[in-house]
Amino acid sequence: MSDVALSVPASANPYNRGKSEEDLLKDSLFTTRIDELVSWSRKNSLWPMPMGLACCAIELMAMVGPRFDVARFGAEALRFSPRQADLMIVAGTVTKKMAPALKKIYDQMPEPKWVIAMGACASSGGMFHSYSTVQGVDEIVPVDIYIPGCPPRPEALIAGILEIQKKIASEKR
Amino acid sequence: MLVQRPRTLTLGERVYLPGILKGMWLTLKHMFRPKVTLRYPEEKWQVPDYYRGLPVLVSDQKGRTKCVACFLCQWVCPPRAITIQAQELASSNVEKGPREFEINMLRCIMCGYCEEVCPEEAIFMSKHYELTGKTRQELIFNKDQLLKLGGSRFDPIKKWDHK
Repeated sequence: MSDVALSVPASANPYNRGKSEEDLLKDSLFTTRIDELVSWSRKNSLWPMPMGLACCAIELMAMVGPRFDVARFGAEALRFSPRQADLMIVAGTVTKKMAPALKKIYDQMPEPKWVIAMGACASSGGMFHSYSTVQGVDEIVPVDIYIPGCPPRPEALIAGILEIQKKIASEKR
Repeated sequence: MLVQRPRTLTLGERVYLPGILKGMWLTLKHMFRPKVTLRYPEEKWQVPDYYRGLPVLVSDQKGRTKCVACFLCQWVCPPRAITIQAQELASSNVEKGPREFEINMLRCIMCGYCEEVCPEEAIFMSKHYELTGKTRQELIFNKDQLLKLGGSRFDPIKKWDHK
């Protein structure tokens, strides 16, 4: 910008509708809008990685089926390859034997990634106060949403996915 | 042993086209069938009477917490989700009540044993089924939260009024 342009206040220009230079700068910046667009597309195309380890996986399958139809929220593309997924749904009892595999799968998922702990076992160990069970999957991976239930209904899982969508929309980038 | 094919395939079978059309016709027919999808966040599920949701505490019509802290539910709970701390009640016929009553909803498996074992009919399985939480701590429900969820139930036998 030259000195001549700065000498006239921006609000004096009739096309700027009385806005200050700062407001004009905010209007013309495009990066925040890209962020909004990115988060909007992220939250509406979650590709879950179904970590179905026990009976919760049956409800997970019911959620994808026609009755509950998670495709309405864009999360119907269950990817059995962690490289293509961004939401891990841990559905079932995590045994200590399975834990390293689960951690490896989580590590293989590309960023950004989210985790839902579905059901009592994945969230806290549930009724398995046992030497062989991980007492909550948050001991090995960071969990975003916990869903109680044994198993939770598909609606509860959809509620969890909606919570994840809210979280993605409000995330700081 | 080789499987004996009865005959060679006909032309229609070899070009696959009738098979494909048959499949697509089936798909097309589904478009005119009644819709089965429950549009969840707007449309809720009709909860049947026998459904066991989150366990809740109830109070009677006078607002008294029915629980007398007998610890039976804590004892029977398979995942040990219930934690009770008892206290003495001075100004009542009931000698004992819960000072703190916590249910860890993440441990709870909604088996209904607590409801079944309760001699005071103070704990019930509610119809709540869509709870989610961001932390483990916020899903440990204390006495006030449980009583708020449970509300009050009319109790025709007022045994603690007379004893």
